[in-house]
Amino acid sequence: MVAVRHLDTSAIGWQRQGLIPGYAPELGQEAAQVGSGYAVDTTRDFVFPTYREMGVARAMGVDMVAYMSTHKATWHGGLYNPLESRLAPIQAVVGGSVLHAVGWAHGQTLDQTDGVAMAYFGDGASSQGDVHEAMNFAAVMKAPVVFFVQNNGWAISVPAERQVAGGSVAARAAGYGLPALRIDGNDVVAVVDATRRALAHARAGHGPVLIEAMTYRRGPHSTSDDPGRYRSLNEERDDAGEDPLERFRKRLLADGVADEAFFAEALAAAKAEEEHVRAGIQSLGSRPGVEMFDLVFQETTPALQAQAANWREESEHV
Amino acid sequence: MSNSILESGAAMADGTPRRGVEQLSMQQALNRALDEVLAGNPKSLVFGEDCGRLGGVFRITDGLQAKHGTGRVFDTPLAESGILGMSVGLAMAGFHPIPEVQFDGFAYPAINQIVCQIARMNYRSRGTLPMPITLRVPSFGGIRAPEHHGESLEALFAHVPGLKVVSPSNPHEAYHLLKYAATRPDPVIFMEPKSRYWQKGEVDFDSADPSGSPDGGSPAGGAPTGAKVMREGRHLTVVAWGAMVARCLQVAGLAAEDGIDVEVLDLRWLKPIDEAALAASVRKTRRAVVVHEAPRTSGLGAEVAQLITQNCFDTLKAPVERITGFDVPYPSGDLEDEYIPNIDRILFGIQRVLEYRRG
Repeated sequence: MVAVRHLDTSAIGWQRQGLIPGYAPELGQEAAQVGSGYAVDTTRDFVFPTYREMGVARAMGVDMVAYMSTHKATWHGGLYNPLESRLAPIQAVVGGSVLHAVGWAHGQTLDQTDGVAMAYFGDGASSQGDVHEAMNFAAVMKAPVVFFVQNNGWAISVPAERQVAGGSVAARAAGYGLPALRIDGNDVVAVVDATRRALAHARAGHGPVLIEAMTYRRGPHSTSDDPGRYRSLNEERDDAGEDPLERFRKRLLADGVADEAFFAEALAAAKAEEEHVRAGIQSLGSRPGVEMFDLVFQETTPALQAQAANWREESEHV
Repeated sequence: MSNSILESGAAMADGTPRRGVEQLSMQQALNRALDEVLAGNPKSLVFGEDCGRLGGVFRITDGLQAKHGTGRVFDTPLAESGILGMSVGLAMAGFHPIPEVQFDGFAYPAINQIVCQIARMNYRSRGTLPMPITLRVPSFGGIRAPEHHGESLEALFAHVPGLKVVSPSNPHEAYHLLKYAATRPDPVIFMEPKSRYWQKGEVDFDSADPSGSPDGGSPAGGAPTGAKVMREGRHLTVVAWGAMVARCLQVAGLAAEDGIDVEVLDLRWLKPIDEAALAASVRKTRRAVVVHEAPRTSGLGAEVAQLITQNCFDTLKAPVERITGFDVPYPSGDLEDEYIPNIDRILFGIQRVLEYRRG
């Protein structure tokens, strides 16, 4: 969590410094992301993210330079290998990938594996029709899917009460006949526990589960966003609750599991990691232009080959 | 399930027994192709609304669930975006989905999944997540169906990077093109001309040309993604696809009575378009007419006309003519015959091109 907090904060700095053109911060969602990502079994499960799942990716062990490359505008889906990392490409149409999770999960049923699909989406995405179709399909087919909703209170500028009719995404699950948990998404222990239970439920063949992790997006929606236009600092402070990192720190100290030296070490490791990631994305060059043509199809077309040839002929920077 | 006229001739070059020629409707030919694809590839899946027990509203998937099981052939909830979005996940899990959208107009609710997801996933994932999805779409009009049950979406699909588009014109093409499409690693939109579903024709199962040419020869050289000359002619090339091919062949027959020798080129693949076959035909006849059911503005006819202009400008004797549907919402059954290019309109178009004089 410390590494994720540090990397997240640094990424905003990198954008301000011009190192990356944009970033979608997740300040305040570390417990929801790290806790759930930590529970995923990357030897058999598969995760379907949106564009704000850096903490999940980090917890799953995805290469952070490859992940951040999407924010460097190097390649839309990121440079990591989805099959090896078990993380689907970064996704901007936020309801779209929820259906992919259902299809992948149904594939596990057909193949008789015990893999579970984890679909991440937010309160905003829950308004999209694809999410409803996904829950219905999964429930009808008893597909092993965990719908992991991070309700961070805001869909850019629109608060959850103006986004989610009835105020609860978890409440909708009952309509599809699937079990749901509404949990404190700022309590990392609760998140790990709930995710493990949901994964076990789906893994045992009992069908999909929905978890609504109640959290709060403390920062802007993206580095282009100005939250001051839709909420005041006082509101932010009052609504955000206790910092999930501070909360976990207190718990670890109280339980005697960790001491100050442990946290100092974690911070030092996070700083070293940040330096490594920064150097990595700094040295990321542009992709060779020919990839634009070569990666559209598995079997290219004559027209595309001709366009690539034209481009080569008419470009100086090949 | 067949009343096949199996020929007991010598085996094919690769040792497989000859299966001969059968008279089949396009519905039967498509059904046979799906049956063989399912039998040949254990990762292939057929699904959609009413595809299972009912066998599809057009019976294209008839009997497939009974034969291949409910795991391989299944009914989905009524939600097109769900069907196509699920296909993405299944493809990611290593399957070869062959989903069906029940009618062309119902592809619209799934456009987000088709355009933003299916068409882009290979690119987005840098080739690590191919989308070997064959989306079957009963297409075009001509059956007096209700609204949204007859649309011509080819230009829309062909415009989307990452998709390939094909439309068969007869049972033989339907069988071979579907078998070919369903084995490709890229997404193919397979547009079935529903007005031709019940028309019978010869299907040569042993066709030497994997693209489905009964005689194994065409200017396209038999390339599996090629266009095909369906009738040779000297005076003018008519370019068509799907249901319009049969109508254009009919027109060519009528024109021949007046001494006009029309060549009919079945484009077959609407993306990628076989430019070489198109150019070869038009360079021979020096005149061209494109016929399609879709509305004219920004239709595929414009693309075909431009390709002809670019590749054959020096030999063209007249501007390329388009005989198309109109820029109106697809009309009700009562007006359908006014909308779809009919024999008279196509003949008039041919006449205009033949009589063209430079000003």
